[in-house]
Amino acid sequence: MSKPPRVGMLVSRIRVEEKLLFEAFEKRGVPVDLLDDRKVIFDLHDGLQWTGDVVVERCVNHSRALYALRLLNDSGVATVNTYEVASVCGNKLETSSALQRCGVPIPRCKVAFTAESAVEAIEELGYPVVLKPAVGSWGRLLSKINDREAAEAVLEHKEVLGTYHHSVFYIQEFIDKPARDIRSFVVGDETICAIYRYSDHWITNTARGARAENCPVTDELNRLSVDAAKAVGGGVVAIDLLETRDGRMLVNEVNYTMEFRNSIHTTGVDIPGRVADYVVAVGTGAVVKPISHVGVDV
Amino acid sequence: MSIEAECPECAAVIELDDDVMEGEIVTCSECGMELEVVPGNPWSLTAAPEEEEDWGE
Repeated sequence: MSKPPRVGMLVSRIRVEEKLLFEAFEKRGVPVDLLDDRKVIFDLHDGLQWTGDVVVERCVNHSRALYALRLLNDSGVATVNTYEVASVCGNKLETSSALQRCGVPIPRCKVAFTAESAVEAIEELGYPVVLKPAVGSWGRLLSKINDREAAEAVLEHKEVLGTYHHSVFYIQEFIDKPARDIRSFVVGDETICAIYRYSDHWITNTARGARAENCPVTDELNRLSVDAAKAVGGGVVAIDLLETRDGRMLVNEVNYTMEFRNSIHTTGVDIPGRVADYVVAVGTGAVVKPISHVGVDV
Repeated sequence: MSIEAECPECAAVIELDDDVMEGEIVTCSECGMELEVVPGNPWSLTAAPEEEEDWGE
């Protein structure tokens, strides 16, 4: 490798993933500066007091990730992922809309802005449905609504107890999946590996205790995953897919700061190594940066 | 040589890996609390930040 790029890793805390990424960069002789999002200060006139070639974003807070990426990209710093990707993936409504716009199959979905119209939307879809906060992760605050009484109760609670973004009602058809979903990992334009996440609970996040098993990357899974990644702007993303009883695969969500600690041993794929290689390629200009926003070349 | 630090919750002595990093999250094996590593002389541990609504991946 010619002169390695200088990499910044924007972190909130050093979890297993960040440590593995750090080690992967170290193994490649790539210097990494840790940028703690609790300490970092952005000057909109002078940029960040850090000079380097590319920042890999690993914040645990969506809001910090989103705004940091906006400021970094606006000041001309390349990032993995970009602000656009974080903006779309950090919001389920925006993700579904981007996927639908690009023809990627998704579960039926409706959005409403009042409790009254939300009940109407739910009844149009038919019970059961899943109500999700537009911004949220790890399966938190998901509600499976089985009947009208439950719908009215949950909607009232959300209106009264939730913060303002809980009054945007994201309603999804409930997919009767086979006790598992699929998480695929896309780096650039390749699905590098995938896992099944098994759980007896209808929420199959590994953060909620689901069991991981290797999932072979078929042509269909690769195509769907890469299409989904491209729909949100590309880069390094993890795609959640649901299998229907009639044999279709639907893209449920796309994650832009993916967790992978349970998937390395399960799949036998060096995920942090593949991510590090991609970041280095972005930092050296060896890959076309996945996306740039209007008027700014990042 | 291993690094030792005390859990601020239950006072258990926690052995940290040689390659421990500033800001690394460790879990106390005795009380289960999530702790963040603070470098210094000696190294110490502090309660890790509580999960917030916009945390995730």
